[in-house]
This record gives sequence, C-alpha cells and structure tokens, in this order.
Amino acid sequence: MTDRKTRLATVWLDGCSGCHMSLLDTDERLIEVAKRVDVVWGPLVDHKEFPADVDVTLVEGAISSVADLDRIKVVRARTGILVSLGDCAVTGNVPALRNRFGAGAVLRRAYLENETLDAQIPRQVVPELLPMARPVHEVVPVDVFVPGCPPSADLIFSVLSDLLEGKRPTPAAIFG
Amino acid sequence: MTIEDLRTIAENERQAQKKFQHHVCVCIAAGCLSSGADQVRDAIKKEVAEAGMAGEVLVKGVGCMGLCSAGPLVSVETEDQLFANVTPEDASELVRSIDTGTADLKHCDTAVPFFERQQKIVLENSGKIDPERIEDYISNDGYRALVTAITEMTPPEIVALMVKSGLRGRGGAGYPTGLKWSTVSKTGEQAKYVICNADEGDPGAFMDRAVLESDPHRVLEGMAIAAYAVGAQNGFIYVRAEYPLAVKHLKTAIKQAERLGLLGNNICNSRFSFHVDIRLGAGAFVCGEETALIASIEGQRGAPRPRPPYPAQEGLWNCPTLINNVETFANVAPIVRNGAAWFAAIGTEKSKGTKVFALAGRVANTGLIEVPMGITLREIIHEIGGGIPDGKQYKAVQTGGPSGGCIPEQHLDSPVDYESLARIGSIMGSGGMIVMDETSCMVDVAKYFMEFCASESCGKCVPCRTGTRQMLAILEKITAGEATAADLALLEELCDLVKNTSLCGLGQSAPNPVVTTLKYFHDEYDRHISGEGCPICKEHAASSAEVSQ
Amino acid sequence: MTKAPVRIKTLTIDGREVGAREDQTILDVARENHIFIPTLCDLPGLTAVGACRLCLVEVRGVNRLLPACVTAVAEGMEVSVSSERIDRYRRSILELLFAERNHVCSVCVTNGHCDLQSLALKLGMTHVHFPYQYPRLPVDASHERFVVDHNRCILCTRCVRVCDEIEGAHTWDVMSRGVDCRVITDLAEPWGKSESCTGCGKCVQVCPTGALSEKGKSVAEMSKRRQFLPYLTLMREARR
Ligand SMILES: Cc1cc2nc3c(=O)[nH]c(=O)nc-3n(C[C@H](O)[C@H](O)[C@H](O)COP(=O)(O)O)c2cc1C
Ligand code: SF4
Ligand code: SF4
Ligand code: SF4
Ligand code: FES
Repeated sequence: MTDRKTRLATVWLDGCSGCHMSLLDTDERLIEVAKRVDVVWGPLVDHKEFPADVDVTLVEGAISSVADLDRIKVVRARTGILVSLGDCAVTGNVPALRNRFGAGAVLRRAYLENETLDAQIPRQVVPELLPMARPVHEVVPVDVFVPGCPPSADLIFSVLSDLLEGKRPTPAAIFG
Repeated sequence: MTIEDLRTIAENERQAQKKFQHHVCVCIAAGCLSSGADQVRDAIKKEVAEAGMAGEVLVKGVGCMGLCSAGPLVSVETEDQLFANVTPEDASELVRSIDTGTADLKHCDTAVPFFERQQKIVLENSGKIDPERIEDYISNDGYRALVTAITEMTPPEIVALMVKSGLRGRGGAGYPTGLKWSTVSKTGEQAKYVICNADEGDPGAFMDRAVLESDPHRVLEGMAIAAYAVGAQNGFIYVRAEYPLAVKHLKTAIKQAERLGLLGNNICNSRFSFHVDIRLGAGAFVCGEETALIASIEGQRGAPRPRPPYPAQEGLWNCPTLINNVETFANVAPIVRNGAAWFAAIGTEKSKGTKVFALAGRVANTGLIEVPMGITLREIIHEIGGGIPDGKQYKAVQTGGPSGGCIPEQHLDSPVDYESLARIGSIMGSGGMIVMDETSCMVDVAKYFMEFCASESCGKCVPCRTGTRQMLAILEKITAGEATAADLALLEELCDLVKNTSLCGLGQSAPNPVVTTLKYFHDEYDRHISGEGCPICKEHAASSAEVSQ
Repeated sequence: MTKAPVRIKTLTIDGREVGAREDQTILDVARENHIFIPTLCDLPGLTAVGACRLCLVEVRGVNRLLPACVTAVAEGMEVSVSSERIDRYRRSILELLFAERNHVCSVCVTNGHCDLQSLALKLGMTHVHFPYQYPRLPVDASHERFVVDHNRCILCTRCVRVCDEIEGAHTWDVMSRGVDCRVITDLAEPWGKSESCTGCGKCVQVCPTGALSEKGKSVAEMSKRRQFLPYLTLMREARR
C-alpha cells in the first residue's frame, strides 16, 4: 500500500461484540496501528452511511437479519479486503444455533413465552430475522478468515499488521 | 452319479416330453407373472384338460423369454409360435387352434432383430425349460459339465480352462474370473467358501433375477464347478429378499440337486463335497459390494471394508472366498462343456462371450437381452430395441446402473465391452441399460441417480456419506433454477473429491452420472443456471401441476 | 511358542528412508518416525477401519490414493504423505464433517481438547466452503454418568470398536444409512436403559470429539484420558 493511511472499517453484525473487545485487547499496540490507519467506520463512528473506498473491513458477527444482509452487501461493494473476524462471521457460531429450530421458534421464545406483559413479536424497529443465520462468506465473497471465539488479540494484531503491510495473511487459528 | 446316470435321466425326460405332440410354454418369470401369467397358465391347463388333450399337450411354466414388455408371453414350441399379451380368456382360442397353428391371437414375430441379433449362452434355457424340474435341465445338457469336471478333470485343469476362456466378472468390474479362481485355489488346503452374488441392487436391473428364476440349476452347477476348482466345501447364494420367486426356485433346485447327489457330500462318489445355502439380503444396494456382502452373511452391518485383503485371501469368516456374480457362474458350465476356445471366439479381444442386459426406458422393445460383447450401442438400441418410440429423438443411454455414465449420440457406435465403455466415461456394470429420449432433462437424471447413491451410501466413509449429500443439494438447487456458476464449480470439485477419496466402489463411482452429463450435456446445466430455464423441467412442472389439479 | 522371523522392509516416506516390520502399516511407520499423517478414525489399539479418509497418501506407481492406516508397507514403496492435492482433499473432508452436523466449538464441552478442532487448525482449515446442513439431532442424557450429543458425532466408530474389542460389551453400533447414520446403544434404546453397557466409560475417553462426554462438564471442561488403551493392548499382547 502507498503512503496514504489505510482506510479501515469494522462492522458489527450478529455477534456479541467480543471480537471488537479482543481487537481492543491489543492494548498499546493499537497506538501503532492507529498511526497507520484511518478508522472510517465502526460501532463508535457516527456516520449514517458506510463510506466508499474502504481498504480493509473487519466484520464481526453472522448474517442474521434483513438489515445484516443489506449492510454486508454495501460493505462488500465498497471494501477492498473483507475480513471475517471471529467464529460468528466465519461459521455462524452461536447465532446459527437457532437454524435447527427456525427464526419463528426463537422469536416466540424471546417475545411471547418469556414475556408476561403485552407479549407480542415486534414488527417495527427490530429488523426482521432471516430464516437462517449464515456465515458471511455464504452471502458475499470473503477474502480473509480469522476464526476464534473470539480470535485472540495477538492473532488479530498479526492479521492487521500483515494487511497493513500489503500481505495477505493466512491465519493459523482454532475455532472456538 | 455318473455320466451314464445323467444320460439316462436326460433320455427318460426326452422320451417323456416327446409323448406330447405340443409343448406350450408359459413364461412365469417375474415380468410376465406381474401381468397375470400364472392365471394364463392355469387357464390353458384347464382348457387342455376340458378338451381331453392332456395326453397330447404339455403345458409348462418356464422362465423369461426376454420381451417382458409384451407379457404374458406364451410359446407353442412345436409350432414355433410366440404369442404376446395373452390373457386367460385367450386360452380356449389357443387350445382350439393348436393343431392348425392359426390362433387368432397377438403373434410375436420372432424373425426380427430383437430375437435374431441375440446370442444366448447364459439364457440358452431361459424360456424353454421348467425351472422347477431338474430333469428338464438335465435333458438340456445340464450338470454334464459338473460331472465331467469332477470325474475327468483336475481342479488346476478347470482353473486353466477358465483362464483360457477369457471370462470376466459380470458383476461390474470385469475382473478376470480365471485369475480370481486361481488366487483362491492357491491358498492351500483349508476351509474356503464360494459365494454367488445375487444382490442385484441397481434400480431397473433384473438380469440376475431372470437367470435365477428361469434356470437356477445353471448357477448351482457353475458354483459347484467353481468349488471343485478352488477347493471350497461350502457355498452361499446371497439373494435379495425382494426376489421371492428366485428364492423359491433356488430352494427347489438345491433340494433336487442334493437328492440326485449333484450337491452335498461326496458328489459323484468323489471326495468332493459341496453344500449350498441361501442368505437373504435386506435390499441395501451397498450389500452387493463384496466385502459388505460378506459382512452381511457374517451377521454384521453391511458396510464395506478396505481391500486388500481381498476376499480371495481373507473373505467370509477370514477364509479365502471366491465371490462371483450370478451371470459369471451361469457362463461356467457352457465353457466346461464346449471348451475355452469356443467361448473365447465370441466377443472382442479383451471382452469375451456375451452379456445380458436389462433394456429399459424409452425404446420400443424393453426386456432382457443377451448379446455378444463388441456389439455397438446403436445396434442394441436401434435394432434390438427397435429404436425410440413415438417419433422422439434419442438423447442418452445409461449403462452400469446408478454409478454408470450417460452416453450421448456421438458415442453410439462405441462397442459394448469393458474398456470401450470405460473410455467414454461409463461402465459395463452388471447390465442395466436405460435409454432416454428428448423428454428427459439430463440434470434431473443426474439428480435421480445421486439421490439413489446418497441414500444408499453405507455412511462409513466421510466423502461418500456427506459428499454425495452435498452434491445432491447442489443438483436440487440447479433443477430448482436457483443455482449459480459457483455452485456448478463446487459440484465439479465434489465429483473429484468423492471419486478419489471414497472407500468403496459406491462412492468412487457415484459421481459418474454427474461427470458424464457435465461432459456431454453441459448446455443443459447452463440452461438451468442462466435464468433461461430448462424447457423440459418447465413442461414437467406444468403437467404435474395439471395432474394435481 | 516359536514365532516366524519378522521380515524387515525398507521404504521411503517423503524421501526419507525408513525401515519397517512387514506387518506394519504406512501409518505405523510414519508415527514411529514422527512423520505426521492426519487421522481421525484410527486409534492405536483398535482395529483400523479406513473410514475417515484423512490419512490418504500417494504411493508412487499406484494411481489411487491409499489410506495409510490400513495399507501394509512393501519393499521399495515410495510414499508421499502430503501434496497440494492431498492437502486440499483433507481440508475438504474436514470441512464436510464440520458442515454435516452442528459443531459450535465455542459452546462445546471439548472446546480446546477436541481432535477434530485441532486437526482443523493443523491442516489450515480457515472456514467451511460447503453449505452447512444444520440437521436436527438429539442429545441423549439418559445415562447416569455420560451424555451422547449426536450434533458432534463424526461417525468414526471409535466408541463402537473400543466397546466391542476392548470392553467386550458391544453396546454401541451404527444404524441407518448415509447422512442418517447414527451411533446407537443396544437396539437404539436410550443409553440409560442399555443392559449391555457396563458403564466403563471407555467410549467417552476414546471419542475424538464432544459427542461423548461425562456429565457435569461445562464448556471446554471435557478432556479425554486415553492412557488405558495402550496399556490394555500391551498387556493383552504380552499374554498371547
Ligand atoms: C456398490 C456396489 C454394488 C455392487 N452390487 C453388485 C451386485 O448387485 N451384484 C454383483 O454381482 N456385484 C455387485 N458389485 C460388485 C461386487 O463387489 C463384486 O465385484 C462382484 O460380485 C464380483 O463378481 P464378478 O467377478 O463375477 O463380477 C457391487 C459393487 C459395488 C461397489
Ligand atoms: S464409499 Fe460410500 S458405501 Fe462405500 S464405504 Fe464409503 S460410505 Fe460406504
Ligand atoms: S466436537 Fe470439536 S469440533 Fe465439534 S464443536 Fe466440539 S470442539 Fe468443536
Ligand atoms: S460418538 Fe464419538 S467415538 Fe463414537 S462415532 Fe461419534 S465421534 Fe466417534
Ligand atoms: S485414519 Fe485412516 S481412514 Fe481414518
């Protein structure tokens, strides 16, 4: 990559934010990274729209809802290197546990059976669930996979370092 | 039992049959039986009795005559006439005109390619003799080969004869039979077994069933000669339980052969003893694979195990075991009777003899045929089979059952032998032959066979168990018009993986229908994924929607 | 008892010359020489079945791939345990296993102690490129001490073999065909109702995954103790 700072985005889909936490766990090494990147999008970046010409996007979480699906398509279109970060993005992991029962069963359990007051399945604000929660690469092409629940801070740092140096990392990582 | 005894039985039988002026043979093999042949036979018998002709007309139930699609078939042997689609109501007409041979019934012309292009060795008695009477078999040269073998030949001589004949296994892989016998015979003096593989699990195949129903003694004789040659004392016939008539005829045949001392202890007063038992298979396709079949006889789950060791070295209960297909055994007696050179003169350089096929699908004449190796597919389909009916266009022929390949027009002149079929991506298999015309969608065909393999996979090894399921899912996606080019690439990748990494022949050949349809009919796959859609599938969908309305 | 003299064969594995007894398999020799060949169904002490197909190797002059766990050594054999093609096949086979049932390592009792999981790491499997199947499979917790979770079973039949060959109970077997295959206790009775099960727990210890586990173990708490197997096999051989 050229002298210009790498435009980095991180996206939080259906995950627990653990992967983002693990990213933050790189601690002081973050300062090193920060010097070389522009964080153009992330859970704490207050933009309405995903920016164009992003070099690297880290995606945490599975594709579980209509909103996730719409989002990832935009992200893919505007990103150079798309990274599936963590097991939910790579395998579906915990969000995909529901796939054996279907979205309806999950909604009933959450909004009807466990609710005593005015039980109803929300139709607004909360985006509609897809029938199946899917790993990111089943929906759009993914360039780099970083398994782990969450991936360790060291792993994330090495992946990031490789990417910043223009290398395509092949992380040796364990699921779970 | 000596050759003379055998001759006496044969002579007596011939004399007894000669007393009758007319021989009426009613096919009561499964094909004709399913269209009521037993009632036809009973009706004819009744008519004969009522006409007071019981002393002149012999009515017998016989095995398959081949043209199953025109059943029930009745032949009046003495007049050389064959009647098709006979009903019990036709009985009186048949008997009334038996002297004049002018019955006003549906005649079957036997001077047509369907009959004339065939060459019968395995089926020589089929449709002629009463499979439930050993005497009828003996009067047609039956058991002469066995008695000659035991009394005049040494086991090594018989093995050498089989090697020279060039006979290859008819169960699918075409392994040289003589070589297999030789391996088993060289394992020294110990308990050995002979197994006849009559599992016949290919959908649409019924060659082995027909042989067992029509001429069971021929298979027993072949097994006994094999046992003598390799030094085995016990044998099993593993036959699927869905073949009750075959089992019945086999049971009768075994009892009769034992009674005459042609099976059992000290056959022909020699030191050679051979006992045959029947084992019923529960209808799992994979149990036709030899190691799975052996596990099943041993009372274990029918799943293949890696080879080597081959059954010839370590088979049933870890003893050397000779396992051959029904049709392979059915070729043995004629080879012993007529010599290796006679057999080797039929067929091609590497594929000797004849092959029985169950011709099915979109051809005018469906049924059982026996043809010399080396005949072309075109001859089988367009001459013997009578071409494609209803003015439709030929599209493909599938040989070799669920794991065979689909062969397009451009390869129709390819000869039918083991090597040539393999070269064009298919296999000889056990003899299933399904013809398809323009109304078949080849992706749908591939899906059908994949569904069969996926559900018949024994589940032991990973690539076959789950790989076939993944392939099936992709094929379903394609036929539903939901697939992309990426799915097609994944399908091809899975073909390669499953073929090269599966444990047994089922998995190794399960991709064949997909591979050949991808090769020869790629445009049909493209049509499904391009959004253009497949006109054939659309038509099917429309007509099935009509039906459901 | 006099034994026939054991003959020695020489072969090469990945170019390395190695010696082997004639009754050894390629896998035996590779292990003795610390050459890694991935395996899942094989476990020393149990009959090899050649089912997982991960140990496939190339042998020069043979056009098929051969399973190292059941292929006997031969004089002059030239074995390659790894190549671009084999490595790709192995990863695909692993992926097929992950896609076949429901492996959610992060919430699994054997997380961190699982043969399947660690092989995925070792063979560089970063994701599963086949669609996940998500079958609905039961968990049988009827046994007082053990649990079988079919979601994690890879049908390696180690449990079946240890129970039959070592414990002598033959409680386990496999039922059905294709992807419907399932390990069963007795005649597909709940494990807790099994009359043949002695409760020895050998199956649990040899199971490569989280399919068989001890009760009371939470996520990542179940590690397997397999020391008994080499010990028992050794003692048995000594008695022969
Ligand atoms: C999946 C599978 C199914 C088979 N089914 C049959 C069968 O139904 N009948 C048969 O004779 N051979 C069948 N075979 C072939 C047998 O394994 C074996 O090769 C054959 O019985 C040997 O006899 P042959 O040498 O006379 O052909 C099958 C093989 C496979 C892999
Ligand atoms: S290839 Fe299929 S049928 Fe053969 S052993 Fe493997 S799973 Fe069983
Ligand atoms: S059994 Fe192994 S691979 Fe499967 S979920 Fe558990 S830890 Fe992961
Ligand atoms: S329960 Fe465990 S040991 Fe048994 S087959 Fe399944 S994975 Fe293998
Ligand atoms: S270890 Fe050889 S096939 Fe599983």
